[in-house]
Amino acid sequence: MLKFKTKLAVAGVAALISGLGVANAANITVAMQLEPPHLDPTSAAAGAIDSVVYSNIFEGLTRFMADGSVVPGLAASWDISGNGLTYTFKLHDGVKFHDGTGMDANDVAFSLDRARAEDSTNAQKALFAGIADVAVVDPLTVKVTLSEPNGSFLFNLAWGDAVIVAPESIENIKTNPIGTGAFTFVDWVQGDKIEIARNADYWGEPAKLDAATFKFISDPTAAFAAVMAEDVDAFTGFPAPENLPQFEADPRFQVLVGSTEGETILSTNNKMPPLDNVKVRQAIAHAIDRQAIIDGAMFGYGTPIGTHFAPHNPAYLDLTGNSNYDPAKAKALLAEAGFADGFTTTLKLPPPSYARRGGEIIAAQLRAVGIKTEISNLEWAQWLEQVFRGKDFGLTIVSHTEPMDIGIYARPEYYFQYDNPDFQALMKTLNATTDAGDRTKLLQQAQTIISEDYVNGYLFELAFPTVANAKIVGLWENAPTQATDLTAVYWKD
Amino acid sequence: MLRYTLKRALSLIISLAVASLVIFFVIEVAPGDPASYMLGINAQPDTIAALRAELGLDVSKTQRYLNWVGGMLHGDFGTSYTYRTPISEMVADRMWVSLPLATYALILSTVIAFPAGIYAASRRGKLGDVIVMGATQLGVAVPNFWFAMMMVLVFAINLRWFSAGGFPGWDEGFWLGMKSLTLPAFSLALPQAAILARVMRSSLLDMLGEDFMRSARAKGLSRRQALWRHALRNALIPVLTIIGLQFSFLLAGGIIIEQVFFLPGLGRLVFQSISQRDLIVVESVVMLLVFSVIVVNFAVDLAYAAVDPRLRSRS
Repeated sequence: MLKFKTKLAVAGVAALISGLGVANAANITVAMQLEPPHLDPTSAAAGAIDSVVYSNIFEGLTRFMADGSVVPGLAASWDISGNGLTYTFKLHDGVKFHDGTGMDANDVAFSLDRARAEDSTNAQKALFAGIADVAVVDPLTVKVTLSEPNGSFLFNLAWGDAVIVAPESIENIKTNPIGTGAFTFVDWVQGDKIEIARNADYWGEPAKLDAATFKFISDPTAAFAAVMAEDVDAFTGFPAPENLPQFEADPRFQVLVGSTEGETILSTNNKMPPLDNVKVRQAIAHAIDRQAIIDGAMFGYGTPIGTHFAPHNPAYLDLTGNSNYDPAKAKALLAEAGFADGFTTTLKLPPPSYARRGGEIIAAQLRAVGIKTEISNLEWAQWLEQVFRGKDFGLTIVSHTEPMDIGIYARPEYYFQYDNPDFQALMKTLNATTDAGDRTKLLQQAQTIISEDYVNGYLFELAFPTVANAKIVGLWENAPTQATDLTAVYWKD
Repeated sequence: MLRYTLKRALSLIISLAVASLVIFFVIEVAPGDPASYMLGINAQPDTIAALRAELGLDVSKTQRYLNWVGGMLHGDFGTSYTYRTPISEMVADRMWVSLPLATYALILSTVIAFPAGIYAASRRGKLGDVIVMGATQLGVAVPNFWFAMMMVLVFAINLRWFSAGGFPGWDEGFWLGMKSLTLPAFSLALPQAAILARVMRSSLLDMLGEDFMRSARAKGLSRRQALWRHALRNALIPVLTIIGLQFSFLLAGGIIIEQVFFLPGLGRLVFQSISQRDLIVVESVVMLLVFSVIVVNFAVDLAYAAVDPRLRSRS
């Protein structure tokens, strides 16, 4: 039986925060590039929604911390049955939604049942697929039964798609989100800004800011101007990496370059000849000079990866050696595979600059070993239709930003169509394993398999740059999930 | 006059009907499904189907077209797929930014162009004319977003007289709102002013060669007096036509400027909606712009007829 005591953790965090001394409460204006389409994190994939509401407005049973660890949220503690099938959550007492109604076990059951319902529009419905039953034991106790053990269940519950919502306020959640978080929603001027204010009745450590405004500036030049003119206090996910050195040199600003869960890969259609030949994929891997792409497309921001896993994760293995830059070896491998004269394939690029700029560089590197690519630039909607759903592509470049998503390699129907029964069995074992040490070993095996199968070209982990006023303390440096957690942010004197 | 009006009205209705058909079907053939865009790459097929049903995308295209047109006849433009708010509300909110911006820019452009054009015409061939015409040549050639970026650099980042963008909302006060629209309005207005000044000048110069100008000079008016009293009024007709065209351009053409200054206007709404495949918003906003242009043309046709009796009798 596993038992998780939270009081220690909460007390530790509280002591840390109070030890720093709280400056005068104030306001902050945080800019980001994309505006959320609406404010319901449980019914859309848009990361921009989580960037505004995660932890600020909505909370789940568990939550991500800035370092990517999962800690208790609305659940104060939990028991896991010996067979790993039953999770009994004890909820915090006295938690209130922003409309004044209490948060209890019924709301938890409602939220989980809604997410896994037949007509659910939850973009990550797979997270809840293993739930067989949600039972309310008493107002502060919920028992969740799984159909099979799932070692990442507590992790899954920390996603923004798993936050707790109330049946009373669900109807207008998209425009008037009512959560339990340390901030309440105030106003949304569509196309411009969203305002939130401190929740005076918050059940936990209250926010230090009185209020915060999120502004949406999509144009990189405008983003630069807005920060320079100090119209905004912070810009998370700053879109113009070429300007970062200028901010670093300016004492008015601080620049945080954090890591993300975004594995940027040269995604490869494993069913399309000649890419279905592992020798050809290996040749592509050796033809690619990662550092040249990071320098050329990302102005030096990004960490090289050799597998589909985030480098900041303790279970990460550095496998970049499997695919070191070696054009001669690439040519030899191509010849071995029977393509001494090279071949031609498609390279379909979605809009982000890592893909568009990176694509040109990769095309040149592939051309050097004899592989010709026909580049086409696609909008996201077209990319989803042609590449992701239609599987009509040879190569594409995309950043997989979902946390801990190595499981996609166990889905043969997934767009890059990697079908390896050994890997699928390994993922089954991983899901059934709850011991942390065993899980690490399994995860490392999984990383090695896909790296040595050269499923995709592994390029780099996307960096997450934030530019902020030098006096702001408490912003997340890394982005373990798409969030702008302002609950611990304050201005220093 | 009545027959003429009816004829124009009939052509107005046909234009609108054809426009609605073209807009709807051209936008709908663009690849990309709004539901799969919204749910992203981890969504399961049944989730996408559920959302399609919720958005009303599971009925045929023809049915959706009829629903859309039927709704518009009642002033109901439908509900945005992504924002889930009524489109008429969204458009009305955005209009409060785009319409004042277009008006402000038009006034600026007129205020700059009239004196410049008149001055250049009165100094024809002299140094002043050369300077003004050189400047307008530059104004026509340089795109408005370049002016925008230069002005941000000078007035927002270096001098810090203005903020680099954004719009506080009219609730914060009229002058604050106007201040935040000033740099965008100037960037929109300068290229338009350059065009207008050139039209003003050439139109005035055309008038100077007319017989009635010779008569005016013959009865003892100075060159300058004749220009102000007689040439200017007649030269205004082509200028006004250009101003009318410019207004619809400014209203629809603010997309890039609204991006550069991150203003929550109509252009930005269209831009966002296209990339999010919020097709119904794109369709409705484009339809609204077409409607305004067609109605303005209709009004202009009627005005021409009122001014020029020849048009009436011919019809």
